[in-house]
Amino acid sequence: MTENVSHTTGTERTAPGIAEASHRFGISLEDYLLPTHGRVAMMSPDGTLLGPGEQGAAPGHSYPRPSDERLLDAYERLVIGRRINDQNAALVRQGRMAVYPSSHGQEACQVSVAMALEERDWLFPTYRDTVAVISRGVDPNEVMTSFRGEWHQGYDPHEHNTAVQSTPLTTQLLHAVGVAHAARLRGEDTVVIALCGDGATSEGDFHEALNFAAVFHLPVIFFVQNNGYAISVPLSAQTVAPSLAHKAVGYGMAGERVDGNDMMALLSVLDRAVSLARSGSGPLLIEAETYRMQAHTNADDDTRYRESEEVAAWRAKDPVLRLRAYLHDAGLLGEEAESRIAGHAEEVAAALRDAMNADVNPDPLELFEHVFVEPTPQLLEQRAVLADELARETEEKEEAR
Amino acid sequence: MSAAPQNAPATPEAKQADFAGVGPHARGAHVERPVVAPEHIDAPPAGPTTFAAALNTAMADAMAEDPSVVVFGEDVGKLGGVFRITDGLQARFGKDRCFDTPLAESGIAGMAVGMAMNGLRPVIEMQFDAFAYPSLEQVFSHIAKMHNRTKGRVRLPITIRIPYAGGVGGVEHHCDSSEAYYAHTPGLKVFTPSGVEDAYRLLREAIDSDDPVVIFEPKKLYWSKEQADIAALRAAHGRGGDDRLEGNARILREGSDATLISYGPSVPTALKAAEAAAAEGTDVEVLDLRTIVPLDDAAIDASVRKTGRAVVIAEASGFASVASELVARIQERNFHSLASPVLRVTGFDIPFPAPKLEQYQIPSVDRILDALDRLTWED
Repeated sequence: MTENVSHTTGTERTAPGIAEASHRFGISLEDYLLPTHGRVAMMSPDGTLLGPGEQGAAPGHSYPRPSDERLLDAYERLVIGRRINDQNAALVRQGRMAVYPSSHGQEACQVSVAMALEERDWLFPTYRDTVAVISRGVDPNEVMTSFRGEWHQGYDPHEHNTAVQSTPLTTQLLHAVGVAHAARLRGEDTVVIALCGDGATSEGDFHEALNFAAVFHLPVIFFVQNNGYAISVPLSAQTVAPSLAHKAVGYGMAGERVDGNDMMALLSVLDRAVSLARSGSGPLLIEAETYRMQAHTNADDDTRYRESEEVAAWRAKDPVLRLRAYLHDAGLLGEEAESRIAGHAEEVAAALRDAMNADVNPDPLELFEHVFVEPTPQLLEQRAVLADELARETEEKEEAR
Repeated sequence: MSAAPQNAPATPEAKQADFAGVGPHARGAHVERPVVAPEHIDAPPAGPTTFAAALNTAMADAMAEDPSVVVFGEDVGKLGGVFRITDGLQARFGKDRCFDTPLAESGIAGMAVGMAMNGLRPVIEMQFDAFAYPSLEQVFSHIAKMHNRTKGRVRLPITIRIPYAGGVGGVEHHCDSSEAYYAHTPGLKVFTPSGVEDAYRLLREAIDSDDPVVIFEPKKLYWSKEQADIAALRAAHGRGGDDRLEGNARILREGSDATLISYGPSVPTALKAAEAAAAEGTDVEVLDLRTIVPLDDAAIDASVRKTGRAVVIAEASGFASVASELVARIQERNFHSLASPVLRVTGFDIPFPAPKLEQYQIPSVDRILDALDRLTWED
């Protein structure tokens, strides 16, 4: 009785939403689930539009081009994102900020995930996704609290449905699954985008999160920014899978590859993914191919593990310049708009500088306030010890005067 | 159209009815709702009651009263858990409220984080003590720290149930006493009941708590019976009040010569030792901590200052353990009241032995009596 059993996708075990999605595109389940060998792209590095045959889309898949307004909005966010990355790198060099993992070169990925979501949706970022968090609407000053070394985290995740920036790799993907699961149990149509990097796909929680999302059929989009390196280790040392997108197939979800420096392609792929997830097609995995233009953090020296020629080659594919060239050539971006956007970016940078240059004096006694909802008797005793120590310190300083 | 996946939720109408009034606005804090009296849930009749029935009823009552409570883990659905502690919950509350997950403990704990962020109150089961270890990154790095990290903006009201310790002839990875790992991690509350009524009340308190709670359930006590009136406890819980067990140790036996301090599976052994000591003319007090975090220093101090002598009894290996912490605190806080060094009876510093050898690892009445003898030195 084995002749009817499919050895590929096993329709008996396939969630109905996936079957519907493949039907919707008029393609087989296999074609829906298996990523293409190419990647979806819409603009060449110089900003010229690619023809339908050059876009890397699998047969049957279609990606509508974003509207001009949406692309102009994206460009403004890109310029601001780039300015934030460069300003923060400068603040670290000046010693005003403890650390900043820059997403310079990855701004299109950062901006597209923020733009793809509705307010009621959730974003789960990592430490490198500061620009995505700010693009989602979180106050930059609050985002910087952690990088300034004042507290581990500074914004209210519930205010913009944007989770804390996760430092442990891929642990946040499971939180994303939980948020989607709770929403689904209540019958809400919340979509969740969870971010991680290429190296993180080797972590166990990556596997567990994708499997849970698929088994519970949840609207989670796993968005992997493949920037080529996990600190110093290239992707070739992490996996020999044909692509990271191929990892989706084993979980019974669709995987897609997209040019991560092509804002137009990213928005198209993500808009479609959000629409699919919201309409009940379950989770998706998207691999965005991009490049980390700067070192891992200020504490890293990237000349030890990669050639400057490689970095230069990626500079030619810059996501900000690419969209700018397209908009300019299409007559959508004039000098007036350019200078307005540049002014806006300068305002954001100035606010960041002001915030980082202001001296902050976090209250040491607050260390005991948030361990639990109410401090235990033991924490109150320890708080009293530190309070006494601080009082004596103040006294000694006053005496010394 | 292919068949619905195993875990597909019920109809949307049913979902919304089940979770009425539950939403992310709760931010992990208790929301005032009209209390639904769980009278339709069978409570065990007053009389001899098992520890397992008390825990099972506690979860059923919590689920009946609060639609945000969900129970999940491995085999907790149709099977009712490998120890049957979740027996009948799926049948009563449906597959949305009590469900099986894929076999992945980090996944269970990590998904609980997101659900708690989004308005639910997850109660998760780790199948065995040592099988909980894959979840530790989620527990230590997020469940314990999220409240502090966000200055209280995100609460994670998660209850982690862990069947623990030996005495049941279990295999190597089913017998660990792993409480010290959790108690050492700031941000986690650690409960461990030793009696049937306490089992009901501590699990209810754990589920009610807006802090994450790890509740260690001594496996060897699951099928022990004690006189208990769960329906009365349920009614008392429904009335609220301040008489919580959290942070309140109980004196199980009053005495004047020495104090035995214990928790969880070692408490019944400590009581037996006290009775044996009484037969030999030594009047021993027995203190059950109930919760390791928060710890009832006041009760420990009061008892030790009264008796002047103490033995700490715990099944976990003694080195760098909860027992070590207790001894350190007792001498730091009560040195001038002590008539002898504070002693420990704990497991040896060895991996938990195979079933035929486990009796040598678990604190026994004789070892406790030996320790009591060593307290009465004079020089």
